[in-house]
Order: sequence, then structure tokens, then C-alpha cells
Amino acid sequence: MHAIWVIAKRELSSFFDSLVSYIFIVVFLGIGGFFTWLFGSDIFLIGQATLQPFFSIAYFTLFFFIPALTMRMLAEEKRSGTIELLLTKAVSDWQVILGKFISCLILIGVALVLTIPYYITVWALGPIDHGAVWCGYLGMILMSMAYISIGLFASSITNNQIVSFLLALFIGVFFLIIFDVLSSNFTGTLGQILNFLSMSTHFDSISRGVIDSRDLIYFLSITSVGLMLAQTSLSKRNIVE
Amino acid sequence: MSIVVNNLTKKFGSQRAVDNISFEVKTGEILGFLGPNGAGKTTTMKILTCYTAPSDGDATINDLSILESQDEIKRKIGYLPENNPLYYEMPVLEYLKFVADLQGVQKDKIQSRIDEMVHVCGLNIEKHKKIGELSKGFRQRVGLAQAMIHDPEILILDEPTTGLDPNQIVEIRKLIKELGKHKTVILSTHILPEVEATCDRILIINKGKIVADGTSDMLRKRARGEEMVRIQIREFKNKDDVVTSLKELDSVSIVDFVNDDPDSFLVTSKENYSSKKNIFNLCVQKNWVLTEMTPIETKLEDIFRELTTN
Repeated sequence: MHAIWVIAKRELSSFFDSLVSYIFIVVFLGIGGFFTWLFGSDIFLIGQATLQPFFSIAYFTLFFFIPALTMRMLAEEKRSGTIELLLTKAVSDWQVILGKFISCLILIGVALVLTIPYYITVWALGPIDHGAVWCGYLGMILMSMAYISIGLFASSITNNQIVSFLLALFIGVFFLIIFDVLSSNFTGTLGQILNFLSMSTHFDSISRGVIDSRDLIYFLSITSVGLMLAQTSLSKRNIVE
Repeated sequence: MSIVVNNLTKKFGSQRAVDNISFEVKTGEILGFLGPNGAGKTTTMKILTCYTAPSDGDATINDLSILESQDEIKRKIGYLPENNPLYYEMPVLEYLKFVADLQGVQKDKIQSRIDEMVHVCGLNIEKHKKIGELSKGFRQRVGLAQAMIHDPEILILDEPTTGLDPNQIVEIRKLIKELGKHKTVILSTHILPEVEATCDRILIINKGKIVADGTSDMLRKRARGEEMVRIQIREFKNKDDVVTSLKELDSVSIVDFVNDDPDSFLVTSKENYSSKKNIFNLCVQKNWVLTEMTPIETKLEDIFRELTTN
């Protein structure tokens, strides 16, 4: 546990020492705020005290931003060779993966905490469904976990950051749109399976304020499969031919 | 801390990067790992540091197997990889603290270990800079400092002096020699004088196989069995007389002239014989003045070339 935290701390300080974290937070809050308050189907247009507009825009911004945060995490270490230095210290492959996962999750957590003023403001404007808001935040975190693990996997199989970024987007877009679109074209079991695989099905139900074990299992399974694949790809060097 | 390597093999596809090698390193020994590029030095080091698993065979470090007790072994080893990869965006002190933390150095000892490393590796003037801002020599020192921060019993250094200027090379060598008094050190290099200057023992590896193992003296002896001396004699009357007299000595097999000096000769002894005393006595007897007698050693370069080229 100690090693995981040491690695997470280093990743976090590298986020905050560079401009990455600041750009991420400012753009995330900017886009979120713009569409929540000023433009499109913002809350004044809807005329309801709800954070739904924010969640639906964050649903897309995180899809783009998380691969940008995770793309360098393993790819850069592999390119520069620092991964060798890291893995010959008293840490396991799992600890490295989890440390990086946690650091990224914390950064997104920080960005989400900074949106609390939106919540308080909307609350001041009218009666708000507190349950739905907290569930929406929970959904954001679960969704981020899934995207981070996908991003880490993409980063683990290449040493090129751009490839890693595009690959993470490519995998992510299946969960974001493609399964959803396909599910409406198929009926029966296949349709149901595709519908279950689509992220929006699960995110929508959580952000409405319904916590269903199926949704939790969905997000946690994507996360664990992504992390396991990342770990496998990292420990590929040990494969005995 | 002794290292025992048993029939270690690492295959990459059909190529054997390390081919069934076995050797031992005793506590307090500095072992020089020598070989041309691509000989398997780095791969062997990567296996010993538990970075990658061998295809076959095993190595034990103080009776702990690299296949089973990786965590314990990693704590006992300090490793400086080839090309010295570092996090360039981190300041030196922060980086050393990060490594100490990872290696499980006790919290209250971390600061004193960092101070000691900064002192030992001469990082004091640069310690607040980011690693990316340092010169190559200082980065190499940071690499050494991070390898030693947890006071490991074994140091594995992959080409520790590449890219350093001559002064720094001398310093790093001195440091390694100093460390070798208490620790087991394996260092790889293809700079031959470096091995002679620092190592107790040399292991030459070529195409994944060990081709020579021993001290530099032993390797020399192995490469050329006969003693060879260069002598300079003055006040003799006839050059041919000198050559004939030298040849008549029991221990001498060949006498050669030296091109650029008419007074000098190269005397090769018969195998397992030494002619130095006989030459001296001959000169006394004949009233020649012996002004020089230098043993000619085989250069390590020659041995290396002989062993690593087909």
C-alpha cells in the first residue's frame, strides 16, 4: 500500500508541477460551466434546479480528457526507460499500475470537487434533488475509473503517447457511442448485450439517482479488466518463450 | 552477499541473448562484465535485478532465488541501468526522497541517507536543480546516488562511466573501488582500462556465452604463456654476438631486433621459463651495460579482441 501511495504522490506532483493539471482543471470547469450556465440546454433554458446539464457535458469532456491524462503514464516511462528503474525498485507491476490509476483518479476528484460551487449555486436557485446530484458525482467517478483503466491499458502497450491517446479514444468510443448505436439496430439477446455494454445506459440511470448493482458491476468490471490488461501488458517482458 | 548464477538463459525469439551462463560473485568482490555490444551483458543484469525473467536457469542472491523472492532481492540491490534513465522534471532531492521511500528506507533515516548520498556523490552544488537541467556527469551521479540510497549490499552498474569527462571517470572509479570494499559490485563496460583500474575479477562474455573468467593477470597469462622482455644494452662490440649469446641461454626461445633502436632487443622466453636473471648475469659476464629491462605485457585489448572475434 505504501509503495502505491508513493507512486501516486509522484504522479500527482508531476501533474501539478507541469501545466497539465491546471489546463485540465481550467478547461474542464470552463466547458462544464459554459454549457451549464450560458449555452445550449443550460439550466435557465430547462428551468429546473438540476445539475443534469453539467453531468451530460462532463460525460463527453472526461471522455476526451482522461486519455490525455493517462497517455503518457506508462508510454513515456517505457520510452525513456524509467520504467526499468521503477520496476527494479521494491515494487510490483500491480503497485505501479494502481499508483498511477489512483493519482489520475485523485486529479479528476479535485476537478469534480471544484464544481461544488455549481451545486451550491443551483441549490440556492431552487429546490434541488440532492440524491440525484450525489449519484451524478458517483457516476462521474465510476465512469472516470473505467476510462482511466482503459487509458492505462492503451498506454501500457505502446511507447508512443499519441498512439496511446488515440487507442484509448478508440476503445472508449465503443462504450460511449458505438455499442449504443448498434443496440438500437439489433433486437433480442444481442441487442440486450449491446445495450448493457453501452456506457450511457448505466450512466443515465445512476445520474437520475438510481444506484443499481448492475451499474456498479458494469463500471467496476470495465475498470478491473482494463487494469488487469494493463498489468498483463506491463509484465509481458517476463514471458518465457 | 554472494551471487550465484546457474545455467541462465534468455531467449528473444530464436535468438539466445544469454546462453546458459553460470558464474559466482563473492561478497566484497568487484566483478567487471566485459563484452562487445549486444553480447548479453545488459540482459544478464536485467535478469539479476528481477526486471525480466530468464527463459531458463536460476540465479540466487544470498540463497534467495530471483524467481521467487523478487521483493526481498530488489531491496538488497542497487541498480544503475544503461543510459541512466531519470525523471527529468523532478528536482534532485525530491527524486532521491522518492526512491528512498519506494525502497522502504525508514522514515526517520531518509533525510540522513539523502544527505550522505549528496555528499558521497558530490551533488551538493546542484541538489536543488531539476534533473533535466543537470549536465550528463551530474545526472550520472544522481543515477549512482539513487542506486545506493537504501544502502544495498549489492550494486549492479551498467556502464557507469559512459559520457563522463576524464576527471569524472577517475572520481566515479574511485567511488566504485571504495564501495567495493564493503559491497558486492557488478559493473559492465566496454572500456577496457576501466575494468583493469576498478575490478578484482573480469568476466568476458560474447554472444551470450562466457569466454573468459579471471583476474586481469590470469587472463594475460592465459592469452600468452611465454614471458617477453624488452632489453637495452650499451657498450657491446658486435650486435650479432649479443643475439647469439642471448639465444644460447637455456630459457630463451626467440631474440628479435627492435626497429627504431639498434641497442634494444626483444627476448621471448620458453614456456614456463623466466629469462630475466639469466640476461642480467650474461650482461655482467660480458661487461655489457644493461640500461633497460621491461616486461612486455599483453594488452587486455588484445585478449578481448582474440576472445570476442571469430
